[in-house]
Amino acid sequence: MNARTTLAMVTCLALAACQSGHDNFDKSTQYGPDPQLPAPSRALLPGVNVSKVIGWSPGETPTVPQGFKIEAIATGLSNPRNVLALPNGDLLVVESQKNGKEPIERPKRKIMDWVEAKAHGGSGNGPSNRILLLRDTNGDGKPDAQSVLIDKLNAPFGIALVGDQLYIADTDAILRYPYKVGDTKVGGDATKVCDLPAGAINHHWTKSLAASADGSKLYVGVGSNSNILERGTSAEMNRADILEVDPRTGAFSVFAHGLRNPNGLTFYPGSDVLWTVVNERDELGPDLVPDYMTSVKRGAFYGWPYSYWGQNVDERVRPQRPDLVKAAIKPDYALSSHVAPLGLAFYTGSSFPAQFKGGAFIGEHGSWNRPERNGYKVVFIKFENGKPVGQPMDFVTDFLKGPNARGRPVGVAIDKTGALIVADDVGNTVWRVTARGASS
Amino acid sequence: MAELIRHVEKSSVARAAAPLYLLLFPVPVVLFIAALVTDIAYAKSASITWLNFSEWLLAGGLVFAVLAAIVLIVEFCASRAIRAGIGWAHLVFFFAALIVELFNALIHTRDGWTAVVPTGMTLSILGTILALAAVATLFRLPVTWVAHRAVTHWEVLP
Repeated sequence: MNARTTLAMVTCLALAACQSGHDNFDKSTQYGPDPQLPAPSRALLPGVNVSKVIGWSPGETPTVPQGFKIEAIATGLSNPRNVLALPNGDLLVVESQKNGKEPIERPKRKIMDWVEAKAHGGSGNGPSNRILLLRDTNGDGKPDAQSVLIDKLNAPFGIALVGDQLYIADTDAILRYPYKVGDTKVGGDATKVCDLPAGAINHHWTKSLAASADGSKLYVGVGSNSNILERGTSAEMNRADILEVDPRTGAFSVFAHGLRNPNGLTFYPGSDVLWTVVNERDELGPDLVPDYMTSVKRGAFYGWPYSYWGQNVDERVRPQRPDLVKAAIKPDYALSSHVAPLGLAFYTGSSFPAQFKGGAFIGEHGSWNRPERNGYKVVFIKFENGKPVGQPMDFVTDFLKGPNARGRPVGVAIDKTGALIVADDVGNTVWRVTARGASS
Repeated sequence: MAELIRHVEKSSVARAAAPLYLLLFPVPVVLFIAALVTDIAYAKSASITWLNFSEWLLAGGLVFAVLAAIVLIVEFCASRAIRAGIGWAHLVFFFAALIVELFNALIHTRDGWTAVVPTGMTLSILGTILALAAVATLFRLPVTWVAHRAVTHWEVLP
């Protein structure tokens, strides 16, 4: 046991002493358009509860509701974070690991590094930072062949297909590969579309990617470099933004800003409305600030870092910006605090019951920054007339086992058969959820 | 006429610990004062670099304060001279400063403004006052103890 581990353990004990999980807040009040927001609180130390990663034992699976079936379609991967379903039924799985460590600007960073390493432990020792192709060769709907499509990427996350062009959002650039659906190889080397904010810190490193229906614009989510600007404004250039990129020229502009860590960029089916799920800020208490799903309005400001959920000012940020706070708009739908939503897919299939049509599946990576864990599941939120309604339904659960995590869901997708695909990064598995009795 | 009595410090532990303590003790005092200065700089500028400085200064100060505290306890056990009345005052002030600055370091782990204003700054002021009180009491310890020798303890007897 090295000194750092000991220090961190002592810290955790101190935390347990400071915050003994007396969290009586009703989480169900924090779903939907008008979440309850308790007063900000911070004990001497922020509450944490890091799940040790133990992985899945053979035969173990997450739990799905009655009438559904879940099975692993790829195991032994190395940190699968995202998945793209192609129109021919193939799946592209993005294996991704951030390289390099963040600079230690303050003693706290050491502890944070340890927490993050533990929460992401067991992320596979094999090669990562590549795109795998999963293919169903025998027509049962379940992929049975696996090959490497693209290798040697730099912490890729976003992936989008536009015609015969495959776009990959590495952590530091958008790349374009010529690719014909059905091929097992890309048709040539990568062309760089544009650089993306990365740099030495690169704290929120996942760059989510979506293409407009006509393929004329790309949208990329760039997370902040800090919790609430505590690394200074210069570290946040073009961050906490969704950027709109012209794929022909690589020119980009800010589409929307003040989104702390936007992921799961997806256009609502049959519309030009862009949706995202956003990881909100930490250390204001276990029930602040709710993470959210929202449609993204062009030019809009969503609060970070100066305020949250509209005009709730974050007192930690100086200098304050009342002008921006005034303009901050409220997101559409709160997901409750610290669930860490990273994946979003609208149900476009037909093999699930009718109520699922057009609704949202969200991969919640799970909390570590509150005493009582939250997230660690895939939830479903019903949509009516293109708007989320009601409370979320737990759809894929039991990623946790006691104090440990067997896996953590990230990217979600709907495959050609209408099955839900879930990338489970620390579980090193890709899951497929089908409706029982549905023909694939 | 008063008579000057020379007490020989018999404990070799006390003779070894005293100069070590005098070497260690100033370090946290200086670092805690510096942290107050950088806190003030942060409160005036809101420039995050000053907050990072404060955190490192407090962390470094605490490391040396704990080392010094251990040596001080050893000295207290070993040396009769330091257990004179003012020695206890020194110990109380120094330990109080250590505890206040420990809480201060935890408050300083907050992100941004509330790491300093108002709680962190208040604790920095309090910790600095206590550390300076510890300095003042140290200077009033029996003279030979302070003079790096810790060999003898002079007492003026009536």
